Order: sequence, then structure tokens, then C-alpha cells
Amino acid sequence: MRLLTHNMLSSNIKGVINGFPLRIEVEKVVEKQVDFNPDFLKNMFSKIDWKALADASKIMGYAELPEEVPDASVLDSDEFLQKFHHALLELHLEEGALVCPETGRRFPVNKGIPNMLLHEDEV
Amino acid sequence: MPPRIAQIRLVKSHPHVYAPCDDSYALVDALLADRKKLIDHNPTICMEVGCGSGYVITSLALILKSESNSPHFFATDINPHATRVTRETLEAHGVHAEIVTTNIASGLEKRLAGMVDVMVVNPPYVPTPEEEVGGGGLSAAWAGGENGRSVIDKILPVADNLLSDKGWLYMLFLAANDPLQICLEMRDKGYGAKIVVQRSTEEETLHVIKFWREFDNQVDGGEAGSTPKSAPQRGWDFIFSQLSRLSFREMR
Ligand SMILES: C[S@@+](CC[C@H](N)C(=O)[O-])C[C@H]1O[C@@H](n2cnc3c(N)ncnc32)[C@H](O)[C@@H]1O
Repeated sequence: MRLLTHNMLSSNIKGVINGFPLRIEVEKVVEKQVDFNPDFLKNMFSKIDWKALADASKIMGYAELPEEVPDASVLDSDEFLQKFHHALLELHLEEGALVCPETGRRFPVNKGIPNMLLHEDEV
Repeated sequence: MPPRIAQIRLVKSHPHVYAPCDDSYALVDALLADRKKLIDHNPTICMEVGCGSGYVITSLALILKSESNSPHFFATDINPHATRVTRETLEAHGVHAEIVTTNIASGLEKRLAGMVDVMVVNPPYVPTPEEEVGGGGLSAAWAGGENGRSVIDKILPVADNLLSDKGWLYMLFLAANDPLQICLEMRDKGYGAKIVVQRSTEEETLHVIKFWREFDNQVDGGEAGSTPKSAPQRGWDFIFSQLSRLSFREMR
């Protein structure tokens, strides 16, 4: 699971109001090289919750992203885009869990696949 | 060289996962028929709901793969075996999609709303007793409840929420699902529709229908070509006649 996906997932349990971002429990992180695509990154920049990405990337062992939401002018910097690219697409949570910030419910991640299926009493 | 799609010998299988079948082929044929339009559409995010073996999402990823500007792919399935098999199928073809085990797109709906440029769905569409819908494993692959519409009718509003302004939805239906009525419902939500593939096998008549949001500046979901201004209405007349003919034939 890429951090892009983490950035798009929220807790789907019935009644939960603040289900985002899910807290990450890391068991195993893998890095996979992905073709660099600046247009994609520029497109995604405005859609990403920056703080969630920067925090998640730190938990995954990559602390190179600025903590504060960068100004859109950083998109002209190749160095910034490379870091953004690495955090968003190349770091994978292979094993671990995503934890609902409100209820503490754990959604397991196995083989890089988060399982968001709910129990009957959570829907 | 013909465009690459997933190779059956590289598609992983599992006793509890739906193996590629006529419906899967029809959906991929629709994507191939629209290949050039899909490439020109230049999607940022594509998504499959109900990915099963991964045959369809892998094919879509291969069709849209480019060195510098590949889209990002999501794939979901309610069956955990299916999502694992999908991962293996994608890897065997050297492509990637982000996979989530979930009911339709639950968990993604809030943050991914309005971001999906291409969505593909081969839903469970077989009419069955309502109790069979959503069972674990393989029966979830086909059990569609009354008129086969139970899951379809849940997917359509989710698609409406997730699709971007330029979003396209390719979805497979059986004549028994009453696709004409589905098209009318989608029209009320502001969508245009077009049959991309229709095919009759011994048991069933399948159609892949493409939906797109109709705005003044995008009346035709890339279907423009040289058609004159009145095309949308004509398109509707056309789809009505096609679908009512099919439903009629199926009923006899
Ligand atoms: C007809 S099969 C299609 C599989 C594959 N896409 C193909 O074309 O070969 C339907 C798939 O949808 C999945 N499915 C059924 N209900 C679902 C739901 N509520 N949410 C997500 N996936 C679902 C099934 O597990 C199955 O893999």
C-alpha cells in the first residue's frame, strides 16, 4: 500500500466522524521504484492532505518532507518533486495495520492490501 | 503489434475467485474498442470495483501504460482471496494497482470523491434470491439478487460520487438487469450513455455501457467526432432502440 492510498482512506465505521487520517502501524515497509511523473505529482498535490502524508512518511522511516504545507511554488523544484514522489508512491506498507483515530479499530494490511471490511455491527 | 492486454496464462487462479469469463472478455474488448479515446482522455486516476482475478484492471493498466505518464490505478474487491490474486496477476504482468479489500469503495469514498477519471465494473449481475447476495467467496462474484440489480444499484451512486467531472464509467450488464432503465436513471443524474460492446452467448446477452457526465462542453464523453449538435438526443434515441430491442428479444 502506497502512502497515496493511505491519504485517500478513512475509517468507514458507522458513526465515526473523524476517521482521517488512519494511524499507521508498521511491521514491514518495502520500497519499489516507480517511474517519475511530474504531471501526476502536480495534479495530486492539491488533492493530498499534506500533514497526513508528511506524518505517514515519517512513520515509514522517511523524514525528508516539510512538516508545514508547502506553497504551490515548490512544484517548480525538481528536488521537492523527487521527495514528494518517493513518499507518495515508492514507500509501501507491506505488512502492518491502519488504526481508526476515533475508535482504535485496526484494519490489517497484509501483502500490501488493506482490509477495510466491516463487521456487521459496524455498518 | 496488437495492444497488450492481460494474458490468460499469467492470470492467477484460486478456487474461491472468479476466473475470467465471457463477461470479463466483453469488458476488456470494450476497453480495447475505446483504446485510443482512453489514451487521449489522459486519466490521472482509474479504478476497478470487483477486480476478481485482476484480469480487467491488469488489461486496463497495460492499455494505458506509458513511460512518462501512466495513470494511478485502484482496484477493490469484497473477497480477500480476489484482492490477493489480483496482486499476483498485476505483478506477473509488471504493472501496479493499489488494491483494497472492501465493500465497493467503502473507506475511499470520502477522500477520493470526484477524482476518478475512468471506472470499470463487471458486477455480480445474475438474478438470484436476495439471500445469496454478498456471501463470502465465489457466490459474491455473480449473485445479484432481484433482477441481478442488488449490487449494481449500490455501485451506481458510489460511481457517481467518485467520478471526476470528466469521469467515464464502463459497466457490464445482462439484459435481465434492465439496462434501459439503468440508463434512464443515469440520465436523470446527468449522464450520457452509449453501448460499447454487446454480445450474445448461448446463455446470456451482455452489454458494456459507457457513461459520462454531460456538460455543455462535454456532451459526448469523447464520442464527438463529426456528429452535429443534436447528437446527444439522437444518441439517446439510438440507445433506447438498441436496448429495448435487446430486452424484447431476451423476453421471448
Ligand atoms: C463477475 S465478477 C468479475 C471479476 C473480474 N472483474 C472479471 O471481470 O473477471 C464480480 C466481482 O465483484 C466482486 N464483488 C461482489 N460484490 C462486491 C462488493 N459489494 N464490493 C466489491 N466487490 C464485490 C466479487 O467478489 C467478484 O470478484
